[in-house]
Amino acid sequence: MRKINIEGSSKTPRINFDGEKGVLEFYGRSIPENSVEFFEPLNQWLVEYSHNAKDDTVIDIKLEYFNTSSSKCILDFFKRLESMNGPVTNVKVNWYYEKDDEDMAEAGEDYDAIVDLPFKLIEVEEI
Amino acid sequence: MALTNIYKFFRSLEDEHIILSFKGDFTSDLLNAFLHLMEAKMNELNVDLKQRKRVLNVLIESLQNLYHHVESNNDFEIKKVKETALVLVKYFENKFTIQTGNFIENNSLNELKSRLKEVNSLNNDELRGLYKLKLENNTLSVKGTAGLGLIDIARKSKRKLDYHFIEVDEKSSFFCLKIVVE
Repeated sequence: MRKINIEGSSKTPRINFDGEKGVLEFYGRSIPENSVEFFEPLNQWLVEYSHNAKDDTVIDIKLEYFNTSSSKCILDFFKRLESMNGPVTNVKVNWYYEKDDEDMAEAGEDYDAIVDLPFKLIEVEEI
Repeated sequence: MALTNIYKFFRSLEDEHIILSFKGDFTSDLLNAFLHLMEAKMNELNVDLKQRKRVLNVLIESLQNLYHHVESNNDFEIKKVKETALVLVKYFENKFTIQTGNFIENNSLNELKSRLKEVNSLNNDELRGLYKLKLENNTLSVKGTAGLGLIDIARKSKRKLDYHFIEVDEKSSFFCLKIVVE
């Protein structure tokens, strides 16, 4: 299983996908004007991973900012994970937010309500 | 502009407590630069995390609205003259006010007006509900827009959106939007 390491930019997050460990990490900001292009390779990777998935898959999301275009792509990404959860792998999502950032905490709660995946909201000092 | 009017122009921005302004084409690079400058300004001003994030979120959504709007304009004559937009950021008494101005074709006025009215008729919990509903059910446009921008702006602002349309000619109007972030 190949690894994906995408450097972050001023508008896109840093991504580390490690298929051997079953860990997917998002860091930083996701505010591209058109997020579809950015998320497409990640969705491809997920399909690849699903053929050879680990028993447990952990998704760590540590976003500072995301725009509404990304919010839709993030949901689609979770939906893909949702359909893998159970038969293919056991998915866990860790949604990080900075202390006092109630908006980011709310966003995590909203995804948790929409998607049938185990979400853990984790407050941290700094992202 | 007469040479001496530059000072008047400067003075009026200063008196309005405008900390950053831009008039021109809203390109992707401009968005980067504008956000970068605002982050630096807010660091200087020691703005707390919650307000800083809300201001930046509102700016991202409103500037990207302008970017997508400009991009979608296919009529070359309209494009040539009217693809520029204006954005002003005011900081006064710990409040940020973001004002944008751009041309919009009259045939898309009604849709925009009804979206603004809808957003202004809802309280924060209702806005959150609408956001969730649209997040779940809307599909992204070809340009990657989700139809969530104004809802997100209203949620972050926690206030009613202030807006006005000025008819320019039979084809177009000027759309003025004012967003306050406390």
